[in-house]
Amino acid sequence: MTLVQIEIQLVAILTASACALVGVFLILRGMAMMSDAISHAILFGIVLAFFWIKDISSPLLILAAALTGLLTVSLVEIIHRTKLVREDAAMGLVFPLLFSIGVILITRYAENIHLDTDAVLLGELAFAPLNRLFFLGIDLGPKAFFIMAGIFSLNLFFILFFYKELKLTTFDSGLAAALGFMPGFIHYALMSLVSLTAVGAFDTVGSILVVALMITPPATAYLITNQLSRMIVGSIIVGVFSAISGYWIAHWLDVSIAGSMATMTGVIFLSVFLLAPENGLIARTRRRIRLRWDFAQTMLLVHLLHHTGQPEAPEECHQDHICEHLHWKPEFARQVVRFAKQAGVIRIKQNNLTLTPQGQAQAEQAMLTSALHPQE
Amino acid sequence: MGIIKFVNQLFFDYTFRTVLLGALTLGIVSGGLGAFAVLRRQSLLGDAISHAALPGIAIAFLLTGSKSPVVLVLGAAIAGWLGTLVIMSITHHSRIKTDSALGLVLSVFFGLGLVVLTYIQKMPNANQAGLETYLFGQAATLLAKDVLTMGILGVLSLALMLLFWKELKLLTFDAEFGRSLGFPVRMLDLLLITLLVVAIVIGLQTVGVVLMSAMIVAPAAAARQWTDRFGLMVGLAGILGALAGVSGAILSSTIEHLPTGPTIVLMLSGVVFLSLILAPNRGILWRWLREQHQRHQLQMNAILSDLFILAQHHQDASHGHSIKVLRTMSQGHGGVDRSLKALKAKGLVIEQAKDEWILSAKGMEAAQKLAQSNEVDE
Repeated sequence: MTLVQIEIQLVAILTASACALVGVFLILRGMAMMSDAISHAILFGIVLAFFWIKDISSPLLILAAALTGLLTVSLVEIIHRTKLVREDAAMGLVFPLLFSIGVILITRYAENIHLDTDAVLLGELAFAPLNRLFFLGIDLGPKAFFIMAGIFSLNLFFILFFYKELKLTTFDSGLAAALGFMPGFIHYALMSLVSLTAVGAFDTVGSILVVALMITPPATAYLITNQLSRMIVGSIIVGVFSAISGYWIAHWLDVSIAGSMATMTGVIFLSVFLLAPENGLIARTRRRIRLRWDFAQTMLLVHLLHHTGQPEAPEECHQDHICEHLHWKPEFARQVVRFAKQAGVIRIKQNNLTLTPQGQAQAEQAMLTSALHPQE
Repeated sequence: MGIIKFVNQLFFDYTFRTVLLGALTLGIVSGGLGAFAVLRRQSLLGDAISHAALPGIAIAFLLTGSKSPVVLVLGAAIAGWLGTLVIMSITHHSRIKTDSALGLVLSVFFGLGLVVLTYIQKMPNANQAGLETYLFGQAATLLAKDVLTMGILGVLSLALMLLFWKELKLLTFDAEFGRSLGFPVRMLDLLLITLLVVAIVIGLQTVGVVLMSAMIVAPAAAARQWTDRFGLMVGLAGILGALAGVSGAILSSTIEHLPTGPTIVLMLSGVVFLSLILAPNRGILWRWLREQHQRHQLQMNAILSDLFILAQHHQDASHGHSIKVLRTMSQGHGGVDRSLKALKAKGLVIEQAKDEWILSAKGMEAAQKLAQSNEVDE
């Protein structure tokens, strides 16, 4: 690994972690799409601020552009509050407008601005090491590294410092308001951080892929844990892993690094979505199928228990008639009987089914449990 | 540009006419079908679909090496449709909410699209140039065959919409009721989403994947303000979409360095802004005027009842009362002078001497009625 490669990966890791930190709260608060709106709309702010400050990585420009993010949030709220359009539509109205103004400004004044529309969407992580920070003539490293490190620490301190408040306002904003925790303040503070993170990350990963880094890693962590702190750590791990693997895949295929990082977040999400041990789609499907057979077997055992030793037993417990008594399809009934026999809970004697001692015990247990919870 | 030159171009300039027809088609189709999406609270689904279409375009080109509109539109449609399916299965099979699923699919598909696009750009193939126009759209690149494809797909999807009009309307307003009547709600849902995908992909070349969602949301949001009738809303959204599309396309192809997608979005935003302000009944201006009128009405009623109370407290009904008294009595709601003037013009109060106000006979009657209706309310 060359120094440049290490620098690029460090920037990518910091960007992914900073995004994941705020992303957790966005998806828990049902505001994931606000990150999309903000990351588009800040382009307008970046271009405007660029006219004055002329330096794309100046902290002042980042602050000025982040204000556009807040402008977006307020505009959406103002339009929504007129009750003329719903919130999602209000979002869909505001950010295309701000983004369009930004794009038009860039293309109209392309000669004066060293920004182009491709860079807006793609970002270019590969160029991050070219813009360096000097202090007293000493090369400290890429500017993007310090910017993202600053934003990451800010996000981290905010979350550590306001952890309780964030938790309460996220999960029960009514209670938070009643206890005097100012959900409005927390909301706007969080939105400011989202804007700031989006502006900082915009230069390196572009405006749309910021969304991937903010939403996908927390969504992945949300699939496997119920605990907020674990979700935060988990989403950082997923983000960092996508950043590194995305970088190397991009390196190998010679394609957009940011695009490849976003794709990797998606790949990881999909794997967890399908394969997670407890909540994964495959595990859940298997569990559902197993439950169905278990339930059918219990039904069969209870049925047999009812009729054991009764005069109608030969009729009721006949192998070929069981399907009618339990309202099953004959094929299904045959399967259940086969499984039950394999499990050693029934015996078949001259086409008549009888319980083994083990089956008897299971059936009695099932009756007991349902008697304890009658008609639940 | 002079009007004569404009008309000349309209009828005789091939490119100009193509652009115009293209923008017209996509405006009508996306506006009309967008109305369904907005009413079903799926405004942001359009955003997800249009971003998700990018890898479809890129992969279709990668596989076939062809830039024919049919191939690329098909690729875009498949990817957009797949994206929607992924969103639905994520929300159905996990506790992840719709907004997260939308953002996830939108950004991941777009990222994949960029990967494939940058991969294509590195290939030694001269034919690849021009795929980037799908990001922000470029109306000037429209060819007659593109517009033909758009036209056929657009007419087809509008025809399907009209054919299933009743069912789709039911689905939009009360899907549960539809289910109870035995309509195949899932199939209809799929149909409507497919139509939405078609409406989006035919606009991608003109408007671009990033801003196409505005073509879905904005015309519908504007049209909603002018009418409460669904059919009218769909029609109006189509017309407004076409207007914005055509004017944006004309502007961007006549002025240099003006990308089409953003220009159309500016036009659309103008339409929405005017609609939010000016639309009768729902519009902000209209609402403000109504509030002013109601406030004035309430203030006049307050003066009437104040004078009535004063008249009851004095044996002599012709005893006049100073404006200062009335001002004191109506503390907090103000507008006493204006209301008195208006009441005088209506003949409900009389200024019998300088600054001595009493109720006229008609005014007394009105005040009594008012007092009675207030009692009933209480």
